Order: sequence, then structure tokens, then C-alpha cells
Amino acid sequence: MTVLEAPSSTRNGTGRPADIRIDLRLVADMVEPGSRLLDIGCGDGQLLYYLTHEKNVDGRGIELGMDGVHRCVKQGLSVIQGDAETDLKDYPSGAFDYVVLGQTLQAMREPRAVLEQLVRIGKHAIVSFPNFGYWRIRMQLLLQGRMPVTQRLGYQWWETPNIHFCTIADFVDLCRQCGVSIERTMILDRADRVVSHKHGRLANLLGEQAVFLLKRR
Amino acid sequence: MSASKPSVIAPIDTASLPGKRVRLGADRPMPLDSGLDLGPFTVAYQTYGTLNADRSNAVLVCHALTGDHYVLDRHPVTGKPGWWEQMVGPGRPVDTERYFVICSNVIGGCMGSTGPAETDPATAKPYGLNFPVITIADMVRAQKLLIDHLGIEQLFAVIGGSMGGMQVLQWAVSYPEAVYAAIPIATASIHSAQNIAFHEVGRQAIMADPEWAGGDYLNQGRRPQRGLAVARMAAHITYLSETALHRKFGRNLQDRANVTYGFDADFQVESYLRHQGISFVERFDANSYLYITRAMDYFDLAADHGGALVNAFLPNGKTTPVRFCLVSFSSDWLFPTRESRAIVHALNAAAANVSFVEVETDKGHDAFLLDEPEFHQVIRGFLEGCAEHRGLTNLRRARTA
Repeated sequence: MTVLEAPSSTRNGTGRPADIRIDLRLVADMVEPGSRLLDIGCGDGQLLYYLTHEKNVDGRGIELGMDGVHRCVKQGLSVIQGDAETDLKDYPSGAFDYVVLGQTLQAMREPRAVLEQLVRIGKHAIVSFPNFGYWRIRMQLLLQGRMPVTQRLGYQWWETPNIHFCTIADFVDLCRQCGVSIERTMILDRADRVVSHKHGRLANLLGEQAVFLLKRR
Repeated sequence: MSASKPSVIAPIDTASLPGKRVRLGADRPMPLDSGLDLGPFTVAYQTYGTLNADRSNAVLVCHALTGDHYVLDRHPVTGKPGWWEQMVGPGRPVDTERYFVICSNVIGGCMGSTGPAETDPATAKPYGLNFPVITIADMVRAQKLLIDHLGIEQLFAVIGGSMGGMQVLQWAVSYPEAVYAAIPIATASIHSAQNIAFHEVGRQAIMADPEWAGGDYLNQGRRPQRGLAVARMAAHITYLSETALHRKFGRNLQDRANVTYGFDADFQVESYLRHQGISFVERFDANSYLYITRAMDYFDLAADHGGALVNAFLPNGKTTPVRFCLVSFSSDWLFPTRESRAIVHALNAAAANVSFVEVETDKGHDAFLLDEPEFHQVIRGFLEGCAEHRGLTNLRRARTA
């Protein structure tokens, strides 16, 4: 489960992997068929299931929550219970074509270290996160003077697992510092529509979330 | 146990036991880790289900320390149901309508495979302590000869818990091309100091029994029943958990209103353990217990691979082709979750295909033998996923056609 949503229901029983969340679909579209992929924080395995069946991907997953792990393995997905912050160091460099970190970076204790691991073990990394520079969030802070609570980020400050929020500009900075190059950018609005393929000032204002395809320089 | 001397229970007449058996290592004896050779020797086994035309649906079940090959059959000595009926059978996770299931009694065992209670052809007497010390790898070597004998090139899956899980790991490491999927359950890649310690208590209990007679009891018409029962009692505690013991027995008294200020079995838990001990000696050979516990003690997969477990999963420097699914149980303190996690870390370091689940239960190590629906669903899902990848999806139709 990503840390942005309430516990989601399991796959909808229709067995049709085509029905996946739009933001996951955008991630999936970045992945070459037949590649080897690691999904970190894979939740109940929606993305893995889709990629395995629709794109013939050799997919693996790590999930912190045991419920998600059980759901995944019961579906025949290769998923382990584990903690990305301690377990990623085990993997050899370049072990995967893609390493996916979906909507989880902001919940990491050390996002920078995790980012460095992603581009080490994956030839590419796909990272998505909520943009704290989104105009509605800025407005809440500006006008109400309170920590933002939005539909997607529905937690109060004292209960949120999201401890390291960043804006698109912040993330782009971090990539530069870590020697990570950005291969593709997708900026999404509240309805998961792609509003930009650039990560400039406007994107930082209009994007509710961002999806980046990354590579170690 | 009563104070009077118990009558000597006759040894099991293994020749009359049901099931299949095969003579192996006749033309060429099997080399053992100890440097000695074994052969010819017998492996007793059972099969369930039907081997498909391309021999790709075989599942090998590996039994634990005191288990045997009667996975589904009523036990020929105790009359109890098969030891893994929850897991294996028609419609079960290891579905005998889809898979051809094989289980053999380990060498060193006492249910028909060659072991210390069997007759040494050289002396025409039971081997006793003349039986060579065997290892988990030796047990697996013997199973490989059996699989070769059955004409199976690659097992679809190897599955087992506890010592059975050690054999599963050994299979995947020794014969990675001959195993498609490996399911080591409630196990470890190394037998811990604490576990060796418990085994040593068991062995000392057997050897301290005068009826053990230096291991020669079968030739003398004696049996170290007391010692073996105590060994079983101590071991049985390690298979449970404090919570489970408390839930089952608490401090309840056995058929009495008050404690008796004596050393009779006042508490239900004492009575239960005594029963476990006494019923065990009917079906198990004391020397077999020594040999098999020793085999577990010697198990250390990393040591066999330069001290780094990851190397065990990199045959010829390449990632093992075997797909793994590890399961541990939250209240298992004999093979705790961290042991499984250590294997998972090594498999990750080898970039191997691995699933890992810890099942929440208070039933301790024995949970792998019990009704744990969550555990069974995980195994079913994993096997179905593997069957799909292996192209075994139409098995049921093929079988009924």
C-alpha cells in the first residue's frame, strides 16, 4: 500500500489486469516489455500483477506490510516482506532494469540514501511522489496557516507517515546533487492527467504529483 | 511414566510396511560427506497422483526430523492420519490431482530406508553405531538417486518444513537445474547453537539410558525407551510456544482437584508431555534419533560456500534459476523468522526470484503441520504462479483426458 491512501481493497476479482489506477498505468507505460523490475512498497501488487500479465515483466516486490505481502504471494507474485531502507543494500548493482518507488519516497527516513540505492540496483528508477509545491497546498498554508490536508494527503500532521515532503523543485535539486539524471518527467494534476513533461516552475505549481524516470549519471 | 519397568516394545518390522522401496547405489556406492561410502542401500517412499507425460509435474515433499514418507496414508504403526494431510492431497495446496507427489523416508531413518536399525549386509546384524554419520546433503543425494530412478529430470517443486526445509535448501543449492521451485518452511540455512544444544540434551537422554547399551540394544533385545521418551519430551517443548502451552494447558491439573505434593503428573502439561514421549518410542528408533539430529547439527550452507550464503545461490557465478518461497511463523522460536530473513537477504544479494511471508500464529514451530489457512493460501498461490510460468496450467484437463 502506498502511504497516500487508506487501505485499498484487493484486486477487483474480475482478473482483468487492465483495470489499474491511472497513476500506476503511467508508471507501467514507462516499462519496456520483458524487462526485470523491482517494485518497492508494492502494496497489494496491482502494478506487479499488471506488468507480469500485460508486459511479460519479471517482477519482484518488497512490501513492509504483511497484509500486502500475503495478498501478493497468494496471487503468485514474487514479493518479500521487507524494509526498503535496510534491505536495498543487499541487492547487487544493476540487478534490475527498473526499480519502482511509487508514492513512498516522502515516507522514508533517509530519502537521499534510498534514491542512491534505487539508481544503483536499477538501470533505471521510476519515482513518483506528491508535490508539496502544488498550488492548493501552498494556498492552505498561506491562507489558513495550517499543515495542508488534501484529498490525496488525508493525514493530520501528527499521524502522517509522510515525514519528508518535498516539492518538484526540491526533488530535481536532490537528483542533481546525487548525480542522478532525469530521463523523463510526467507532471499530473488532481485527476491524474498529465499536464506537463517538464519540471519547471509552472509544473511545480500545477502538478499535484510527479513521476520521474531516472538513471545514474 | 509408571515406576515399574516398561515392557520392551518390539522393533518395527520395516520389511512389512506399506509403500514403495528401491535399492540404490548397487553398482556404485553413494559417497557421503564423512568420506565413507554407502551402498547398496534402500529408500522407502510413497507417491501420490500421476506423473504427466513430459514428467514435469513432480513435487518432492521432504519430511522433518521424526517424520516419514506417509504424508497422506494412515500411519502403519500409530494408525494416525498422514502427517501433512492439511497441505497435500486432492484439492489441497499441493494438489495430488495436478501434481505427482513423492516423499521418501530419509536415509538414517527408521521407516524402511537404510538406517541404523536396518541390517548391515556385512554383518547380518543391525548397523547400530556402525552406520556412517550422515548429513542433510547425504539425505538429498539419496533422494536425487531416487528421482533419477523415477526418470524425473526436473522437480516442479521441493517443499518441506524444519529439517524438511533444510533438505529443500540443499536441493536448490546442490541441484539448481533439477528444481523449478523451492519452498523451505520454518527452517534455517544453519543450525543454531541453541538448537544444537537442545539436540544434545536429547541425545544425552538416550545415551544415559542403560538400555541403550552403547547403541547395541537391538542385538541385545533391549530398547532405550525411557531415554528416547525424555528426548522427545524436551524436543516437543521447542516445537510449541509459551502462548500455545498456556492456552492449551495453563496450570490446569490432571484429573485431580489439588496438587498431590509428589512427583506424579499433577499438571496437564506434564501428562501431555509424558504421553508424547511414550507414544513416540513406538514408532521411532533411538539410534535413528541420534543420527538424524546430528545431520541437522552439521547443517551450515554458508560454511560449504566459503562462509557467504549468497555464494550458495550463485551456481557458476550466475543467479540461481530456482524460484523460492520462504515461510516462517511469528511464534516459532526454534527456527525464528530472522533465520528465514537471513536466507532472503542472501537470495536478494544473488538477485534470485524469492517470495517471503511470515505467518502470524501462536502455535510455534509446529504451525507448519497444523491448520493455518493463511499459510496454505500462500503456498497454493505460489505454486499456481509457478505452474503458470512452468506451463503446467492445463494439468487437470490433461490428467482427466
